[in-house]
Amino acid sequence: MLELSHIDKSYGERKVLDDVSFQVAPGRMTGFVGGNGAGKTTTMRILLGVLAANAGTVTLDGTPLTPEDRRRFGYMPEERGLYPKMRVEEQLVYLARLHGFTTHAAKRNAGELLERLGLGERRNDALESLSLGNQQRAQIAAALVHDPDVLVLDEPFSGLDPMAVDVVVGVLSEFAAGGSPVLFSSHQLDIVERLCDDLVIIAGGRIRASGSRESLREAHAGNRYELLTAADTGWLRERAGISVVDFDGGYALFDADDAQAAQAVLREALTHGDVTSFAPLRPTLAQIFKEVIQ
Amino acid sequence: MTTATESPIQPAGRRRSGPASPSLVQSIGLVAEREVKMRLRSKTFLISTGILLLVILAGIVVGGFLAKNTASETTKIAVVGNAGAGLVDGKTFDVTEAADVAAAEALVKSGDVEAAIAPATDDNPTGVQVIFDSEASNTLIMQLSAQPQVTILDPDADGSAGFLLYIVSLGFGLVFFVSATTFGASIAQSVVEEKQTRVVEILMSAIPVKALLAGKVLGNSILAFGQILAIAALSVIGLTVTGQTELLAGLGTPVVWFVVFFVLGFILLAALFAAAGSLVSRQEDIGSTTTPITMLIMIPYFAVIFFNDNPVVMTIMSYVPFSAAVGMPVRLFVGSAQWWEPILSLLILAITAALVILVGSRIYENSLLKMGGRVKLSEALKA
Repeated sequence: MLELSHIDKSYGERKVLDDVSFQVAPGRMTGFVGGNGAGKTTTMRILLGVLAANAGTVTLDGTPLTPEDRRRFGYMPEERGLYPKMRVEEQLVYLARLHGFTTHAAKRNAGELLERLGLGERRNDALESLSLGNQQRAQIAAALVHDPDVLVLDEPFSGLDPMAVDVVVGVLSEFAAGGSPVLFSSHQLDIVERLCDDLVIIAGGRIRASGSRESLREAHAGNRYELLTAADTGWLRERAGISVVDFDGGYALFDADDAQAAQAVLREALTHGDVTSFAPLRPTLAQIFKEVIQ
Repeated sequence: MTTATESPIQPAGRRRSGPASPSLVQSIGLVAEREVKMRLRSKTFLISTGILLLVILAGIVVGGFLAKNTASETTKIAVVGNAGAGLVDGKTFDVTEAADVAAAEALVKSGDVEAAIAPATDDNPTGVQVIFDSEASNTLIMQLSAQPQVTILDPDADGSAGFLLYIVSLGFGLVFFVSATTFGASIAQSVVEEKQTRVVEILMSAIPVKALLAGKVLGNSILAFGQILAIAALSVIGLTVTGQTELLAGLGTPVVWFVVFFVLGFILLAALFAAAGSLVSRQEDIGSTTTPITMLIMIPYFAVIFFNDNPVVMTIMSYVPFSAAVGMPVRLFVGSAQWWEPILSLLILAITAALVILVGSRIYENSLLKMGGRVKLSEALKA
């Protein structure tokens, strides 16, 4: 468990992080979501020890992070950082060796990763000669090449085409499944929605919401329900405690005053005909995001 | 080297896999290795080194050629009887005796001798005439001329060694200037490249910043040192092959000192260049922070060219850390430095280098993550 507690960070007078606390659980993908300038990159840099916080602690399994621990992190900075003129495999080997790998082990790791990420044929090309998407894959390989214990990725999906996103999602999911905490930031909320187990939302340097994706959706679900039946749903409008938002033949979208009223609607609907679907309407991540940052 | 698995505070099972982190020395070595490898792969570097070596080789060969021309072969002359005996005696001529003027003229015409000396046909005060084939050689006439006795009261101020001193000074100055600017600029560029591409963030999360800086300085110093050694070796071999052993004997000690001074002086400059590079975020802006350092290197270069015969300036230069690498070897070549002077100067240089490295690494550490415009020096020096 990677845990941030009460992190403050100011640049001069400007406070960029204010009492930031959240957890990244092992084996789970944690999405870190926020607008531009919300403090995502600063938080990640503090996690990595690249920046120092003014206050607060970062712990891994209950003990404060040491530089030694951080060396076992895999990190992908927001603005992509690799040597443009160095060959792809060569720089992966270099980075792995900086983390203490022997040349032999570093080469093996780099080779495997490049194959996985579809860059096997480009391993001996200079990074700058690759397309942006392929440079991005190389960047992800750079974060993973030293078999990190923890992954921290700043916007790993920006600039990737859908196929590349799938490849990267596969690699990251497999990594998390191995029992490691993974924190990644993104402003592509649809990808975050698909990928993350847990979610942290930051705005203006403060954590606005955090928790598992389902519990957040639950918490922000409200009282809106969706009903799909074989029969007409016109009768709904007459019921007390129900206000219909939208309806069209057998489809109805309605707000219920309480759960009992909603359940009563389901029971009644069954008497009118077969019910294909009845469900509380879960908000999308984009909706939750808009709601909490206001 | 501390490894996590040996550390008692690590909870069990916290670590999944992976080797221990490299030690500081290993990290520095890895960074230095990359610097050297990438530099040796750069065509610009290889070509500029080649040109520098060629220029020096050319200088030695031309110098050797000129030296030969003035000092070597004895001129062949024919002498009729004992004409001009007072002028020829004690000088290095290859003298052929001719029976009469006609025989002497025949020798000149056939090219066996360059000139012939015969009794004068008019009332010339020397009493001799010099017979040439088609053109008179002024050199030869000068050699034959009688000169008054010359007494020099202050032989040290003699300008006859001036040209050689100039060449030697220029040599040290040029080599220092070219090597220091080339490798200094490449350090600054390498720092900015890492900053600009943000690879520095990944590096900083892997190894300590001081290892990164030290590795860079070390790598480029090895290259600069290698280049200087190549130049020194080339000079020694070149001077030996072209037979300029006398010059070599005089240059030997100064060259050794030059190499020693250069190593320390370069480390000082390297730390400055790295700090200067870290202040900017883009390659295009490098000039704005490295120009003052380039100036510092140019001052000794020009000073040594203009003031190499001015003992006061040279003495000062031989102690100022930035110019000692040029000033002290020149003074040693002239022989105006006491045995302890290079040691004292080296000590001053070492202390300055240590201070500059401290300040430089502070600027470097504080500026690496500050992107955008140029980082103010005051800001970089603050904690």
